Formats: sequence, structure tokens, C-alpha cells
Amino acid sequence: MSFYNTSISELHQQLVNGDVSATDLVKRAFDRIEETDDKLQAFLALNKEAALKRAAEIDKAGVADDQLLAGIPLAVKDNILTKGLTTTAASKILENFNPVYDATVVEKIKQAGAINVGKTNLDEFAMGSSTENSAFKTTHNPWNLTRVPGGSSGGSAAAVAAGDVLGAFGTDTGGSIRMPASFNGIVGMKPTYGRVSRWGVIAFGSSFDQVGWLTKSVKDNAILMQAISGLDKHDMTSANKEVPNWAASLDNASVKGLRIAVPEEYVSDKLDPDVREVVEAALKHYESLGATIDTVKMPHTKYGVPAYYILASSEASSNLQRYDGIRYGFRAKDVKNLDDVYVRSRTEGFGEEVKRRIMLGTFSLSAGFYDAYFNKAAKVRRLMANDFFNVLKDHDVIMGATGATTAFEIGSEVDDPTKMYFNDTLTVPVNMAGLPAMSIPAGFSKKDGMPVGLQIIGKQFDEQTLYNTAYVFEQTTDVHKRNPKLGGQD
Amino acid sequence: MNFQTTIGLEVHVELKTKSKIYSPSPVEYGDEPNLNTNVIDWGYPGTLPTLNKGVVRDGIMAGLALHANITHKMHFDRKNYFYPDNPKAYQITQSDTPIATDGWVEIEVKGKKKKIGIAEMHIEEDAGKNTHTGKYSYVDLNRQGTPLIEIVSKPDISSADEAVAYLEALRQRIQFTGISDVKMEEGSMRVDTNISIHPFGTDKLGTRTEMKNINSFNFVKNALEYEEKRQQQVILSGHSVTQETRRYDEPTKTTKEMRSKEGSDDYRYFPEPDIPPLDVSDDWINEIKADMPEMPNSRRERYVNDLGLSKYDAEVLTQTKEMSDFFDAAVKEGGDPKRVANYLMNDVNSYLNDQQVDLQDTKLTPAHLAGMVKLITDGTISSKMAKKVFKGIIAGEDPAEYAKSHNLVQLSDPAQLQPIIDDVLANNQQSIEDFKNGKDRAVGYLVGQIMKQTRGKANPQVVNKLLMKSLNAK
Amino acid sequence: MAEKIDRQEVQHVANLAKLSFDDQALSKITPQLEEIIGLFTDLQKVDTDGVEPMYSPTTEVNVMREDKGIRSNQREALLKNAPDTQDGLIKVPAIIDESEDGDK
Ligand SMILES: [Mg+2]
Ligand SMILES: [Zn+2]
Repeated sequence: MSFYNTSISELHQQLVNGDVSATDLVKRAFDRIEETDDKLQAFLALNKEAALKRAAEIDKAGVADDQLLAGIPLAVKDNILTKGLTTTAASKILENFNPVYDATVVEKIKQAGAINVGKTNLDEFAMGSSTENSAFKTTHNPWNLTRVPGGSSGGSAAAVAAGDVLGAFGTDTGGSIRMPASFNGIVGMKPTYGRVSRWGVIAFGSSFDQVGWLTKSVKDNAILMQAISGLDKHDMTSANKEVPNWAASLDNASVKGLRIAVPEEYVSDKLDPDVREVVEAALKHYESLGATIDTVKMPHTKYGVPAYYILASSEASSNLQRYDGIRYGFRAKDVKNLDDVYVRSRTEGFGEEVKRRIMLGTFSLSAGFYDAYFNKAAKVRRLMANDFFNVLKDHDVIMGATGATTAFEIGSEVDDPTKMYFNDTLTVPVNMAGLPAMSIPAGFSKKDGMPVGLQIIGKQFDEQTLYNTAYVFEQTTDVHKRNPKLGGQD
Repeated sequence: MNFQTTIGLEVHVELKTKSKIYSPSPVEYGDEPNLNTNVIDWGYPGTLPTLNKGVVRDGIMAGLALHANITHKMHFDRKNYFYPDNPKAYQITQSDTPIATDGWVEIEVKGKKKKIGIAEMHIEEDAGKNTHTGKYSYVDLNRQGTPLIEIVSKPDISSADEAVAYLEALRQRIQFTGISDVKMEEGSMRVDTNISIHPFGTDKLGTRTEMKNINSFNFVKNALEYEEKRQQQVILSGHSVTQETRRYDEPTKTTKEMRSKEGSDDYRYFPEPDIPPLDVSDDWINEIKADMPEMPNSRRERYVNDLGLSKYDAEVLTQTKEMSDFFDAAVKEGGDPKRVANYLMNDVNSYLNDQQVDLQDTKLTPAHLAGMVKLITDGTISSKMAKKVFKGIIAGEDPAEYAKSHNLVQLSDPAQLQPIIDDVLANNQQSIEDFKNGKDRAVGYLVGQIMKQTRGKANPQVVNKLLMKSLNAK
Repeated sequence: MAEKIDRQEVQHVANLAKLSFDDQALSKITPQLEEIIGLFTDLQKVDTDGVEPMYSPTTEVNVMREDKGIRSNQREALLKNAPDTQDGLIKVPAIIDESEDGDK
């Protein structure tokens, strides 16, 4: 049985009342995974034994009123380190890698009593927009099994959309939470840069990466986000900012007087017309609830993709140098000398897309090209961030499409990296500026019936306004009530 | 053709912090391999650096000690290269914004004083250690992440002697801040050097060669002198110097070409995204300034002007901070400066050399040395006895008690000495006659007899005074 | 500034990145990189005179840890993950390039 039509608060109440046990919930999650995962291929590893053991402990201790997450089954994207459970980043170079410590976000949900049921598939090292770049499997979209789930948090998104769990971790460097949320008709939050600790999260682009959640509902997302946010002494870029109880005030949320900015580029005719129609309808809906909408210009948006791919790939090229076959992970067989260890381990261990990005990054940083590429992109980054800050001076949120299209066919873009990169046009600018942004289900494309996401971007550390805005839409529409049929079932 | 030599020095100094620069692992030497490592030191996936405040403080202090400008707004940079002792395959260092710039130290070579400029100094992490046996190399990451300061000289050094004097001045000033042991033999001070020559009267510097990790001042001198001559010969024979890294070979006192791969020197520096920038306040700098121990040149001036020591003595006493601190403390305890200085420079130093230990490893205290010196000054012990008392105090004993219990106190009481003198005179009538006849030798003989009677413990000054009185009264 | 990246440049970058591409792979990646880098060249159209580069959106400054040593007790687990070890050391084929030895 799926976790459709329920919520963390509801399950929590049942656990407190003794109507259901943590063991029941964990078994339900594994049963559902068994039902769906042959088709979806969302999971890379299941944590069955440990999860059941933990559930039994929680059942024995009982769930108190204030232990909101105790006994709740969740899933973890496989670029987030879990002690005692392999973490691969979907790469051959880390196949069988056994982390010796937990990521801070994992430790936090463990402390809260939540139960990790398994590790979800992703594009290798989170590099991709379709989850086709995994070294191990291709995840399918639960709304249409021939389509991609988006990426790179595609495994997490598919698992949540299929009702395997109520929430799953994602990471977002240039849209990797929002894009799969959009493609799977669920809620995805990328918090402000610095809101969540990156300790134990396998680095891709260090000045872009943030951990967030993919959930069925806005409130569940707010609850889970609160549990992982806050200052962490292991991550110097984690912000020393108070973490609000975002979920607490949602029921009083209103969008009356909300000042929404809509950048022309985010609703332009470059969007698939069906996507544009759904997004425009969503904007009208906000207007009907008392929000004001201004069309604005964000002139640097079109430079987002090149600037982002230079900067993030540069950081990645450096971050991924540690995978060298010396201290952990894959070492090529029958090496003749030290250089062989490096070159062959890396050449055999990394997949095509990862190598492409390493090459792009290495090139952008190399002697003679640094100023024209890396540093130029960093200057454009400043201009893009300023675009956002200026618009947000007299607006509460920025809205637009998350992606220009709905989920595309598996295999249709994988050999065209440039085309693939442009899928991120509307998500990467947010990471450049480090702002918080969500994607929420806005409706369905008339043409293919696939979900369409609405992106909501906010001010630094103002996740509250995002949750309020998202919650109002969810509660005043029926979009979230539809669930995928997984090729006939359900 | 006459040549002008230009030498550049890059000095790495290991800081004595409790923990590493970017990880809380302890900084300790001689432990089992890889004991002082954690997931950060191994460059594990998902790990992040955390910056040690003590390293920034020490870096600022070193900058102040080298008369440099402290950088207020700074960040860290990544230097990318693959090597087994470099786990992240990048070193976190400072390239855009070194912690301090534009400093100097003063050197003196053959009586000539000269200021040597310091272009910049930055803080960074040390690498691990590799050992090699035949087909394999082995990596110990204990040293990985040990904090370093790298100090880069300006091209002001024009001879091997100046290079050594510069290194000595650097070593001394850093040592006096207390942030590092700065010992080349232990690797806490490491020197890379580059040298080029160009014809006298021309401006353009010649092609330089580099030599890495030369591990004593002597070797630096030998290597530079050899390399200077080699380059001259290369040019005079009509060839040109190749830009390369060479290795100093001590047995032959020559430099040799090193094996290296070309094209590996594109380090692809970029700002470290995992460490937020620093904005160092004047308040903090002033606080560090106030904490800074007195520098050697100021101590030397004080020793000469206020305590009456010779310039040479002042130099010797300020070789290390420990010695100078010890001297200051012993003088504060009331020890006569000149005598304390003499003991430190002679007896103490030769003891340290014999035993191959540092001053702080002995049980000698400033109070005990001052106490012994006081016993000499007030006549309680003779300088000869002091040689024996020194054996006691170096082992931690109290000088007065040691002298007493080892029967090393001089006989200075006239009431005790007079009967002995009378006795000796009574038994040596001939000597009295000789004295009266102007034979001075007689006095020496009589003193000898008195010393013999007292087994050498009689205070010679008192004996002399009493004896002359008695003789003149005859 | 090279707007085109040829096979030789790709080889050079691959050397820096410790990757190797055989002929076939080289023929595939070279035009891909060329296309993407061509895209990058778009940025030259943006007027960035006097613009301060932005390397991170972090709002933090002066984040430092007190100097306190902590032994991790992770040694055994770390060694266990290493592909080859001996006597508590990480074992690798012999290092022959002396020029990179030690710190930088
Ligand atoms: Mg350096
Ligand atoms: Zn260095």
C-alpha cells in the first residue's frame, strides 16, 4: 500500500495513538517499493534490516507527542553519506564505498527518529537532468514509464511520486531537486545556500550545492526542512541563522497582497506552449486570491546556463580529483605504475557525462583560460544575483516555470549535452544567487498528461514566504490530489 | 664576463598548533602511521574543511614579526595537483590574498647591514609523507594538514652568504614569536631556493633553476655556491641555463637534475568555496601585537645598553628564545647579568651540546642558576666549587643546599681561619724571613699551606687579607 | 582566446585531469566540448567592466574553529577502505616523479 493521501502529521498521530507501529510503516514502505521498483528503478540500495531494527526500537520506546519524525520512513539520495550503508553517487568509482560517517542531514533525521529505508538513484555525482547518467540503472517516471524522472534527484522524486515514502532527500546544484519535482508532480525545495549543512554530501559544485526535500505535500516538506536546517560546525558555509518552524503558521497563510514578480524569460514563448498555459493559469489563480503580478526583466537569465556550467564544472573538476584510486573507491586492475592508478582508475571509474564536466571545468581553470572563462563567469554570476536582488527589493517572490517542458522520453537527449544543459535554463540562475526556490505541482500538460511545475523563488533565508505561497496554492486547487498510475496500477 | 647573482627563497615553517589547519586532528610527531588522521585528512567524499583560528593568529603574528602588512580581507584558494600525499588532489592555500605582504628582515654579512624584502607570506596545509621501497611507495597522512606558513623573499639576495644570513634572521624572528620550532633538521623549517645569474650591468634576470627541500643552512650555502658556479660555466661555455628543478646532493656537494614530468605545473588556482572569506579587524591585530614576545634585536639592545653585556654575548644569548627568556628570568631572580651570561654561554651550552638536548629539556631553572651566581658573588662558593655545584643545579638541585650537603662552602670566617694561619706561620719561620727579605714567593707558598690545611675550602681573598695582616705584624 | 578546442587541446586538458580518451572517445568528446565551449563564449557579450566576481553566495564571514586537537579513532575504518595497505600505510606503485614531493 502506498503513502498516498496521508501526511507526516497524520502518521505521527497514528503512531502516538498506537493505531499503527513504526514497524508497520517501514514494512509498508518496503512492500510498496517491491510493488513499484521493478518498473521505476528508483533505489540503488535498500536498508531493510537496519530499518526494521530501528523501527522495533522506536516501537519499544514509544512515540511521544513532540517526536514528529519518529518512525517515519524516508529515503536518501545516494550522494549523501550514510554510515554503514554503501554510498556510491551512482558512480562506478565509488561502487561498494563504505562511508565511515553520517552526513549531518542524515544524523539529524536519525536523531529525530526517522527511518532511512534506502538510497535512491541519481545522475552520477548529481551531474544531469534525467537520471540517465547513473552508472547502475535508469530510473523511470511513474507518470509515464518511457519518460525520464528528471534529475539529478530522479530516484528520490520517483520514489515519492510513487508513494514509496512521504519524503526523500534531494540535492540541488542547478535544479536537481526542482526539475524532478516538476517532472513528477511533487513538491521540491532547494533552500537558501547555507541553510543546510553540506557535511557528508558528496560535493559537486561547492558554492551551489544544497540539500532539500522532495515530498508529496508542502507541509511535509516544511516539517522535514526544519529538521535538517541550521548551523553546523562541520560546514563553515552553513549559516548562523535561526531556523523557524515553517509548518506552524501554514494554516494561516494567505497570498492577499503578495507581490509576485514574473520574469519575461520564465514564461516566454521558448516554453512548451502546454507548460506555459499551465503556469499562466497558476499565476492567474494567485491573482484571483489577491496577489499582484508584475512582469519584470531579468536580462542576464540567458547567460545563466553558460556561466553556471563553467563555474559548477570548474568546482566539480577540482572536487572530483580526490577520486584517484589511492585511498578509497575503485582502483583499476593490473596497473603498471602510479600514473596508471590515476588515469585508468578515473577513466574506467567515471561515466561520460562526469568526464565531460571534468574536462569543461579543467579547461575553464587552466592557464590562459581562467580569466576568459572562470572569472568572466563569476562576474556574470554577480550580475545575475543582482538581477534577483533588485527584483526582490519590491517583490515578495518571483514565479515562473521550473522547466520549459514536461518530462522527456528516455534516451531522447542523452547524446546531446548542449540540449540537455538548456533544460536547466530556469533553475540554474537561482543557484547562482544562492536563493531559496521551490517547485510545486501546478497542473498537467494537455498534450501528454504529464505534470508541470511552478517555480517559486524567494529572498535569502525567506523560506517561510515560499512555503506559505506554495501551501495556499496546494490547498485551493486539486492538482496535488492526482497520483500516477504506474503503467496501469493504482 | 662578470655576473650578478639573484637568489629567491621560499621558506615553509610548520606551526606548533594543537590541531591541523583544516581539521581537528592533533598535530603530533612520531606517532604510528595514520593515527592522527580523520576523514577530512583522507579527503573523504563529503568532507569539508574547518579553519583553525590559531593558525590565522599565528600567521598574523609571523607577519608582524617580519614587519609585513597584514591583509584584512582575505580568502583561501585551491591549488590543484595529483600526488599520493595530497589526498584531495588540491592544496588549500592562499594565492590571491596572502595573509601578509611587503615585509623585511635585516641581515649583516661581513659587517655590512642590508634589508632583505619579503614579498608575501601565506598560510596553507602541509602534505603527508611518502616513503619508497623499490616497486612501491607508502603514504602516511599524519602530517597532512599540518599548518604551514610560506614566506617568499623579494629578489634582494645576491650571494649564498646573504641567503644564509636571511634564513638565520627569519629563523630567529619566527622562533621568538613562539609559533614554530623552526628547526631545519626536524623539518619544521624547509627551504626551497631559486637562483639566476645575469651579466653585471644588465637589468634582465637570467633563467633560474630551483632547488627544493634543502635541509640545513650549510647545504643551502653549498647548493647555491655550486649552482652559481655551474650557471656561470654553462653561460661562459656558450650555452644557456635550462629552467628546471634540481636536487642538492650532499655527498658530492653538487646539484643534479631531477626526474619530473613536464606540463604538470598548471595548478588551476581558484578561490576555495568551502571557506568563507575573512575580514580581520584592527582590534584582533592589536591584540596579537600585544601578545607578541620581545623580538631578538630589541633584546640585544637591552642587554648591551642596560645590562652592560658585550655585543657578542648579546648575540649568543639571543640565538634562541628559550636561552634569552632563561637569561632574562635569571637576571630577574637577582643573578649578576655578566656572570649569568657567562654560565649560559659556557657551562650550560657545552652541557646542552654534550647531551644533545634543549634547554627546556633540562631541570635547570633560572632561579637555581641565579642562586649559584649569587653564592659566587657573595663568596660562599669559589668558581672552582661552582663547577661542582653546577652538576647539582643542572640536575634540578637547589644550589645552596647542594653546596652545603656536598661540603662545597668556602671557609670565610676569620675566627676559624686565624688559628690555622697562626699555626702555619708558626711552622714556617723561614718563609716569614723570606717575606721580610722581599721574596714575594713566600706568600704564595704560605697560602698554599693554608689551603692544604683547609682542604682547599678557605676563601682565598679572606686568607690573603688575614695572612698579609699577620705577616706585616711580625 | 581559443574559441575552438582541438584534439590536441583536449589531450592536454585530459592530462591535467588524469583522464585518457582513446581515439574513438576523443572523436566523440572533441566536438561536444567544442560546442559547449562555443556556448561559453557567449559570455564575452556581457559587459562586466568593474564587476566584482562572485565566487560564492555565502553570507558568512570570519568563521573559525578554536585550536583544539581531537583524535578521530577512524584509522582502522579508513585503512579498511583503502585498495592496498601495509603496516598502517597506504600502498601505491612507486612514485618516480620527485618534483612534486612534499608540500607546495
Ligand atoms: Mg604555497
Ligand atoms: Zn607552500
